[in-house]
Parts: sequence; structure tokens; C-alpha cells
Amino acid sequence: MTTTGTYSPKPGAAPLPRMIAAQAVLETKMLLRNGEQLLLTVVIPTLLLVLFSTVDVVDTGEGETVDFLAPGVLALAVMSTAFTGQAIATGFERRYGVLKRLASSPLPRWGLMTAKTLSVLVTEVLQVALVTVIALVLGWSPQGDPFTVFLLLVLGTAAFSGLGLLMAGTLKAEATLAAANLVFLLLLVGGGVVVPLDRFPDAARDVLGLLPISALSEGLRDVLRHGAGVPWDDLGILAVWAVAGLAAAGKLFRWE
Amino acid sequence: MRSEPVVQVQALVKRYGTKTAVDGLDLVARQGVTAVLGPNGAGKTTTVETCEGYRRPDSGTVRVLGLDPVRDSAALRPRVGVMLQSGGVYSGARADEMLRHVARLHAHPLDVDALIERLGLGSCGRTAYRRLSGGQQQRLALAMAVVGRPELVFLDEPTAGLDPQARRATWDLVRDLRADGVSVILTTHYMDEAEQLADDVAIIDAGRVIAQGSPEELCRGGAENTLRFTGRPGLDVASLLKALPADSSADEPVPGSYRVVGKVDPQLLATVTSWCAQHGVMPDRISVERHTLEDVFLELTGKELRS
Repeated sequence: MTTTGTYSPKPGAAPLPRMIAAQAVLETKMLLRNGEQLLLTVVIPTLLLVLFSTVDVVDTGEGETVDFLAPGVLALAVMSTAFTGQAIATGFERRYGVLKRLASSPLPRWGLMTAKTLSVLVTEVLQVALVTVIALVLGWSPQGDPFTVFLLLVLGTAAFSGLGLLMAGTLKAEATLAAANLVFLLLLVGGGVVVPLDRFPDAARDVLGLLPISALSEGLRDVLRHGAGVPWDDLGILAVWAVAGLAAAGKLFRWE
Repeated sequence: MRSEPVVQVQALVKRYGTKTAVDGLDLVARQGVTAVLGPNGAGKTTTVETCEGYRRPDSGTVRVLGLDPVRDSAALRPRVGVMLQSGGVYSGARADEMLRHVARLHAHPLDVDALIERLGLGSCGRTAYRRLSGGQQQRLALAMAVVGRPELVFLDEPTAGLDPQARRATWDLVRDLRADGVSVILTTHYMDEAEQLADDVAIIDAGRVIAQGSPEELCRGGAENTLRFTGRPGLDVASLLKALPADSSADEPVPGSYRVVGKVDPQLLATVTSWCAQHGVMPDRISVERHTLEDVFLELTGKELRS
């Protein structure tokens, strides 16, 4: 071809880091622009924190209520973004052919997944900052090693992402929407977020303790409230969920 | 001579459950514009999506720019532009935002502002994708397919449901792509679209290519064409017939109105007019009815509607 017009072919992929960064920025923008997502990720955790700290609704045992609540709400924030928000958004992207279209772009599939994870992490940083500031204003006095907290949050994110993507990649978008919200609500009540697990009967408590949300909220609470060392049992539960969820999602995820 | 094939499909078979969508399809597309024409459910989209790497053939081989769309996906994707039949955009994204994003995934994208201007997407403003009109959504999908400066573009029913202006804009862009050396494979069920744009047309029915060639070749190869003229009633049709090539016929279905059926070409027209001149006939109306691609298509695929 000797022609050089406006449309003359000059193909090429952008450098991989630039593609992933661009994708992560777009994913984050889409998430922050979505009203329902903001309700889940910002409004509900904030409301729960403020409401339950200032009004005595649930007996949270000895000590300041906010010291009990803040770790639970941090766990809820992780679940809302990595699980509920990601499942719903990805489910609809699959339904509307966004994943399909991006699959034929130069961005590799793993690059898209990396960008999604980055976008989840950025959102979580904003959430953690917001919850921390509000909790501190409410008189929270966190204990423990920040690195252990970080480790719990990261493993929790991995566990919830795996489950969210598994749901988004296998169910219809509407089913994902309904199921992700239902699971959010059930785990909010039964996962040690605002209601202490020891308020449940012993048998139920043993089962509930194995849920990823319980492991995350109890683990964070051990460290942040009681200044405990590394909560290996909770980390172990989260690791099992993370491996199982991500492996199942990797195997069963349908792109269209 | 035309260059190497840009798409080469051999004996492609693709089944969904018990339904065979593509049934031993052979297709060669070369540089230029190739239209894949067929009734609904003929296997057009399945064929194109196999070329795009979305589906694995059950058997047969597919090569796009000489590469295997599944195995060589990473090498192929930057060189190929894809326009899906619908969707493909975040429901909350603005048109310019999505187009800029796709441009960022490429090394040497087109000027996004010029493309927005060209396709009349400037009026979309800050409107989210889900609130754009069907025509705006289509044009955005088209823009996304070409923004990366690909060598080959797949357009799946690019003008379905567009108003006439938007259709013209799409056709003009396809012509410019062709002129600048971009190859285009488009599926359509609009005959005029194929006739207007394509160097080559492949007609697909029931999962196979049943005819392929340039629009002219296909029209010529189909049923015979008709030439009509009017003159004074009662001319000597037998004498006219003698002047015509052997495989033609001539008659006077209505007094004063004559019909010649055969291979209508400039030679035939000249024969008819010179016969008129010899017989002192002034043919005050003379018309040629060429078969359109639509006639050929209906002849080949049957006239009944299919679900």
C-alpha cells in the first residue's frame, strides 16, 4: 500500500501498563458514577457506623460501641466493593457485551481483570479513609499492627472478588443483581458486622464463623479492638475462600 | 492482481447443541470490501465471530491476516477492528469517553475529535450510553472499530435500524476506509448496501456460502435481463429476433410495447437500436431492467419468509 490517508492502517497495541492504567481509571469512574454502587459502598457503611455508634440498638458488650463497630464496618466496606459492587457491575458488563467488546481489544483478559482489581483497591482505599475518619470523630481508638490489618483487608478482598466474579460470570445479570444484594444483606446481619456473633446460638455461631465476612470482621476486631497479634485462623478461612472462589471463577467464568 | 486473502475460511463447522449454525462454509475475502449477505439465521454472525476469535470452530480452519484468531489472538487483536451487532459499551459511559478509552488501548490511534466530528457524535455531549439513540450507539460502535487504525474491520450489520442520513455517513466512512487501504468485512441483509459498498459479495444460506462474486458478476450470473422499448404497433418481431443473439427472445406483450429478454449488454442495445434505424422506427422510450442483487438473492435463498 502506498496510500497514506486518514485511515491508512497503522495498527499496534499501547504499552501494557498504559492499557491497564487506562482500564482501571475507566472502571473506577464508572463505579463512582453509579448511584446504586455509591449507596452500597459509601452510604450504607457510613450510616451504619454513625447510627449504631450513637444510638444503642445492639448490645455490643463492654467498651465503646464504635470500637466494636469500626472493624465490622471496614469488613462491610470491603464486601460491598469487592463482592456486591463488582458482581453487579461485571454481571451487567457481561450482559451488555462490554466484556465481549474489550476481549477483542488489544487489552488481554488478564489485563482487564488486573484493572478491575486495581479499581476495587482504589475504591477500598477511599472507603477505608472515609470510615476511619468518621470512626475517629466518633471516638474510635484503634489498636494493633497496621500491617496485620492490611493483610486481612487484602485477603478479604481476594476472597470476595473471587465470589463476586464467580457470580457475575455464571448467572444472568438480573439474578446476580438480586443475589448479590441478598447475600450482602444476610452477611451484614449474620457476619459479625453490627451484631456480635456471640448473640447467635452456639451451633449457628460455629457455621457463621466460617463465612468470609465473619472471618474478616472478627479478625479485624481482634486486632483493632483488642490489639491481638496475627489472627491466623481468620486469615486461614479467608485464604481458603480466596483460593476456592478465584479458582472457580477462573474455571467457570463466561465472557458473554 | 489482488493481494493475499485477508480472511480465509475452509470447511468451517459450528454447532450450538443440536443446531448446526455453520455447515462446511468456505469463504475467501481479499483486500477491499466484502459483504456477507444472508437471511436471518443463515450463519453470518457465527462466521464473523469465529473470525474475530470469539468462537472456536468445531471443525475446519479459519485464518485472518494469515493468523489463527484463537491461538494468535494477542498478535491479531491490535490489527483488527470489531463492531458488534449491539452493545459493547459501559451503560454509564459517555460516547467520547468510551472512544477515547479504546483509542488509549492502541499505539497510533486516529484523532478522536476528528472521528467524533466525522460521525456526528459531537451532539451526544455528556449523555450516558444507555440514553443515546440507537443510531448514535451504532455510530459509536463503528468509531470504536476504526479508531485503532486496523488493517481489517469487521462490521456486523453496521446500518441496521439507521435513518437514511446516518446510513449514508456509515457508507461514506466505509468507502474512505477502503480508499485508504483498510479491508472491511461487513454482514448485512440490505442488498443496496452490499451493491453500493462491496467489491465482493458472499451469499450465505443455511450455514454455507451459496454464491460469491462481485455484485456485477452475481447479477449477470442470475436470471436474464430485460430491455423494453416502445414504437408503432405491429413491428416485425421475427425480423428483430433474427438480428439478436441466439439465446435472446423478443415479443410484443402490449401493442406498441416491445420486450427483449436475454443477456443485456451494450452490444445488445446497439443491435436493437440499429434494427430500429433500419426499419424507420423511432423507439421513443427505451429502458433496461437489470437484475438487482435482491433478485439474485431471492432467487438463491427462496422467496418465503423464514423465522
